[in-house]
Amino acid sequence: MASQDIIARSATTTPPPSIRQLEEVAKLIDTTKCIGCKACQVACSEWNELRDEVGHNHGTYDNPQDLSAESWTLMRFTEHENEAGNLEWLIRKDGCMHCAEPGCLKACPSPGAIIKHANGIVDFNQDHCIGCGYCITGCPFNIPRISQKDHKAYKCTLCSDRVAVGLEPACVKTCPTGAIVFGSKEDMKTHAAERIVDLKSRGFDQAGLYDPDGVGGTHVMYVLHHADQPSLYAGLPNQPVISPLVGLWKGVTKPLALLAMGAAVLAGFFHYVRVGPNRVEEDEHPSAPDTSVHQVDPAVHVYDPGKPGTPGEERP
Amino acid sequence: MKDKPILRYTANERTNHWIVAILFFMAGLSGLALFHPALFWLSHLFGGGPWTRILHPFMGVAMFVFFLGLVIRFWRYNFLTANDRQWLRGIDKVLRNEEEGLPPVGKYNAGQKLLFWTLLVCMLVLLVSGVVIWRAYFSHWFGIESIRLGALAHAVAGFVLVMSIIVHIYAGIWIKGSVGAMLHGWVSRAWARKHHALWYRQVTREEPTDSQKGIKP
Amino acid sequence: MTNHWTDIANANLVLVMGGNAAEAHPCGFKWVTEAKAHNKARLIVVDPRFTRTASVADYYAPIRTGSDIAFMGGLINYLLSTDQIQHEYVRNYTDVSFIVKAGYGFEDGLFSGYDAAKRTYSDKSGWGYEMGEDGFAKVDPTLQDPRCVYQLMKTHYSRYTPEIASMTCGMPQDSMQKIWEEIATCSAPGKTMTILYALGWTQHSIGAQIIRSAAMVQLLLGNVGMPGGGVNALRGHSNIQGLTDLGLLSNSLPGYLTLPGDAEQDYNAYIAKRALKPLRPGQLSYWQNYGKFHVSLMKAWYGANATAENNWGYDWLPKLDIPGYDVLKMFDQMGQGKVNGYMCQGFNPIAALPDKNRVTAALSKLKWLVVMDPLATETSEFWRNVGPYNDVTSANIQTEVIRLPTTCFAEEDGSLVNSSRWLQWHWKGADGPGETRTDVRIMSELYRRLRDRYKAEGGAFAEPLLNLSWPYKIADEPSPEELAKELNGAAVTDVTDATGAVLKAGQQLAGFAQLKDDGSTASGCWIFCGSWTEQGNQMARRDNSDPYGMKQNLGWAWAWPSNRRILYNRASADTQGRPWDPAKRLVWWNGKAWGGTDTPDYKADVPPEAGMNPFIMNPEGVARFFAVDKMAEGPFPEHYEPFETPIGINPLHPNNKQATSNPAGRIFDSVWETLGTAKDYPYAATSYRLTEHFHFWSKHCRLNAIAQPEQFVEIGEVLAKEKGIAAGDRVRVSCKRGFIEAVAVVTKRIRPLQVNNQTVHQVGIPLHWGFTGLTRHGYLTNTLVPFLGDGNTQTPESKSFLVNVEKI
Repeated sequence: MASQDIIARSATTTPPPSIRQLEEVAKLIDTTKCIGCKACQVACSEWNELRDEVGHNHGTYDNPQDLSAESWTLMRFTEHENEAGNLEWLIRKDGCMHCAEPGCLKACPSPGAIIKHANGIVDFNQDHCIGCGYCITGCPFNIPRISQKDHKAYKCTLCSDRVAVGLEPACVKTCPTGAIVFGSKEDMKTHAAERIVDLKSRGFDQAGLYDPDGVGGTHVMYVLHHADQPSLYAGLPNQPVISPLVGLWKGVTKPLALLAMGAAVLAGFFHYVRVGPNRVEEDEHPSAPDTSVHQVDPAVHVYDPGKPGTPGEERP
Repeated sequence: MKDKPILRYTANERTNHWIVAILFFMAGLSGLALFHPALFWLSHLFGGGPWTRILHPFMGVAMFVFFLGLVIRFWRYNFLTANDRQWLRGIDKVLRNEEEGLPPVGKYNAGQKLLFWTLLVCMLVLLVSGVVIWRAYFSHWFGIESIRLGALAHAVAGFVLVMSIIVHIYAGIWIKGSVGAMLHGWVSRAWARKHHALWYRQVTREEPTDSQKGIKP
Repeated sequence: MTNHWTDIANANLVLVMGGNAAEAHPCGFKWVTEAKAHNKARLIVVDPRFTRTASVADYYAPIRTGSDIAFMGGLINYLLSTDQIQHEYVRNYTDVSFIVKAGYGFEDGLFSGYDAAKRTYSDKSGWGYEMGEDGFAKVDPTLQDPRCVYQLMKTHYSRYTPEIASMTCGMPQDSMQKIWEEIATCSAPGKTMTILYALGWTQHSIGAQIIRSAAMVQLLLGNVGMPGGGVNALRGHSNIQGLTDLGLLSNSLPGYLTLPGDAEQDYNAYIAKRALKPLRPGQLSYWQNYGKFHVSLMKAWYGANATAENNWGYDWLPKLDIPGYDVLKMFDQMGQGKVNGYMCQGFNPIAALPDKNRVTAALSKLKWLVVMDPLATETSEFWRNVGPYNDVTSANIQTEVIRLPTTCFAEEDGSLVNSSRWLQWHWKGADGPGETRTDVRIMSELYRRLRDRYKAEGGAFAEPLLNLSWPYKIADEPSPEELAKELNGAAVTDVTDATGAVLKAGQQLAGFAQLKDDGSTASGCWIFCGSWTEQGNQMARRDNSDPYGMKQNLGWAWAWPSNRRILYNRASADTQGRPWDPAKRLVWWNGKAWGGTDTPDYKADVPPEAGMNPFIMNPEGVARFFAVDKMAEGPFPEHYEPFETPIGINPLHPNNKQATSNPAGRIFDSVWETLGTAKDYPYAATSYRLTEHFHFWSKHCRLNAIAQPEQFVEIGEVLAKEKGIAAGDRVRVSCKRGFIEAVAVVTKRIRPLQVNNQTVHQVGIPLHWGFTGLTRHGYLTNTLVPFLGDGNTQTPESKSFLVNVEKI
């Protein structure tokens, strides 16, 4: 991706190089055309040379059960009975959404470990990844995973290596029904609009595009039969936003906290300069021992008077 | 007898304190490296980003464990009293080095006591939240919301801790004789009288006679 | 497929029934998606389970496994009684007007001529047409004759009322009605429905008749020969179409020619019986050319040794003493100790055949077993004890197993014939590993050694082997190109074809119209004639241009026959030779000849007014509703219960036990005792494949194993609740023949059905796991399937049997 501009970089406070104008790309996943064949899962593993563990069946069609450092995308199956009592088998390809405002990038403490390209692809640079997992914490879609082998974070790259040389992502290439398509974000929106017209003609009145504003839009979008209830699709967030907790954690509070720390040090310095140190006059006469024991904190009673005399204690 | 310095901290107490202090600096600096990009360069002190990520939680846990030692040693001197509240009301005088009229102070003044409890709370929060966000071993046991809360709590507690320690360090620099007390253990009687009058009276009243020396209950 | 994959995009309605196209044919399913997206097509899925195909359907209805004829029969009744048929098509292009012999009858579930003792229709003489004195079949164009096919069909299916159909299928009547109404709209000329099916129809004891019932529906709607129409078998292997084309069945010869029986010792009688004369005036009856195909085949096999004097080597062909040595028969004989050795080439019988324990017992009686396969199959290790997954006592098995590792399809050049009948050339991607050899190499070396020993030592009936022509440049490994050219065929001597063009000896033939029965042409498979011509390898073409925008793509690879993409395509035009609908044009009469977007399935120069009908392979010239004597069970499809029926009776014939299950189904005497009843095994089970795996192969691939790692069974929520089974629990699924254990997938997608006034639960059992490969070990699902099948195709009833389910 060296040839593409990086328009945002994790843990970096100055603007990255961004003079080139790249068209935003997007992958459109049409859940209404998806047959859940998992070819995209396999193609992803093939292209990226990933081999997850051979797992178990846990009573569903979902396998692997969850995303992992070795499984960057997977199908999530949901059996849904609609208002009319008809069954729908909602199948959603899960993976990185490539947010315009990526929570992972916001949370990442390591400069350059997460980058956003001008075409919208959000990519992890494992070479700079320190394995803290803050990206997971920051992601509104719960996508990145830390490998237990190398403690680096991994997720869908939107095949940035393929896209950089003018190819479509591997999952798009392999999708047999054309449920996954790829192109400029504008074209994908147009395509989605056509699909939505077709779906409405088939009785899906709430069909729509999932391109959530809460994260500034995404570069992986869904066509949903029930765009009014994204959460039907195996918990796709209805209105994804970077968690307010993360906002607090990684927002303006951090520079303010830094300022506060610096200010505290400075305050001390100027206190010293202006007020000066608090010294003890060594020739000061001791006052008579106070016998008003009642004023003393009860804790004092357990003071061990034997201690100062412990053998081995040296006097200065 | 009268000019004899007073032992304020035993060797074990001092050792314990400085272990905590060193660990605080290590955990703190590594934590600050992850706290804000402007300080990421601090990670080089620990061998780079991944090492910082690996070491930080272990240093933190160690700091907590040794801090517990301090707590066990000192918790009983840190209950706030009526005098303390009065002392706090005169904090502005304290800051101006005008201690006249302030109530006499025991082993610790109210500021020190507040610091003690603040540190304890921060340490507890850091430990719990740190475990929750410790990816290598524990995070998979927690939900994403808990982890997010953990990350926030960890940052807040860390911030409060750092601020508190800045105050603590400055207080040591400002109140001459304090650093020495923690370095070699001894304070002068005048120092004790001035800053910790009640403690001084306590110590001098209960000071053992020579014949009592070495007789331990 | 009568039609082909890309043509699905032309459909207005897609009915997926007896198959799960999205699951089993995800790549081909793109054309369904295409029809939906760009042709506004609707998709209807009828299946026992709400499948992956159903997940993208416009309408889904559940059906009890094995009851499809009741659905189709009801549909036929609905179309006829509401008169929603393509009248002109039906009247002109089908046999509705033909008068059936008086000997034909149907009573309480049995057609005339049944021999209960032999469980077969030994007398099919009534299943034919009344013949006129002119030698042609009698017809009544008014369709009023009570014995015309139309009236007989109407009467036959009048019993399939919506109530009977619904109570037999377990499909709610309103769902059924809705689907029938939608389908009936396709009777409008130019509006087409395509039917996509697969093993969900074939793997029943009445499989062939289910498919016939679908064909009848399509004929009533005028959808056969139409773009976006047809009856489309989605084949289960990439080259299984090629297997049937090349006649790899015990009673077949290449190109759907047939082996003679014992009684057919006379060559001319053999040919005459197959070279069918037209049954109506002016009809083509293309099988009249049978002799040309046959002689050309024998010339390809025996070269100069096949002469007119020796009837082209007719005596060297085996003559069947029984109708066929199909795989069920072979394993039955093997089980009786009547088979010494077995060559198992690209076949994993203990996994693929029904009743695994029976198959294992049969293999154990062999002296030797040769397994040629790229993979370490279960069959090659059937003797190995693998705990509960293959619980055999190895010491008791004395069969010597020889494993010959072969290359796989990707490690050799060659052609594959897909469901569309396209012969697509492919090029090898890599050399085979280790000591693998191509199948051709292994068989050629075997041939050479056998031949040399026969030559040296003599032996009984050596001629078929010794007289074979073996002209290949490398005798031990004929090249795919040589074999492909041979299948196409060449002129043996200089030949003048019908157009007057002369073909020099040795030149490749351009098409089967050039074939002769005088020994001057050779062709290894007449329907492949045209695939490798003097113009080169037609199968290697990759031109996907589509000049008419009708998705026929004649430049892409090569389709048999004659690069014809849609069979019976003459029927896409009306009797005047005009397309029924300009938007659905395929071939038409341009005043001089037939042509258009496809190669006409017709004699190109016969004008419409000549009255030659579109179904040129049939002596009638028209399509048959009445199957005459072609089917084992009778001329009209009739619903019979699976041999293991969950309701015990046939709702259409509740009082006739003989008509409960297929009276002419394939079942051996020893199998009856292995069948269970609903009392002990109350649930109707069906087995199937998943998209993540390909049969028993892909479990050897890591990525497939990851995608679907462990054996499971699908159980409806209601049954699971009754049985206290939660998703992820392990369950035991048992039948009278054995049991398997697997993880339970508890689902809303399988609902209990009301069948014959009782509740029937269905259980779904995918079949990909076994005791070799990279997935977690599992039980061979076919442990559960009964060892019986269809009376026509001998296909096992893998889709309908009874089980019990218990939580472990």
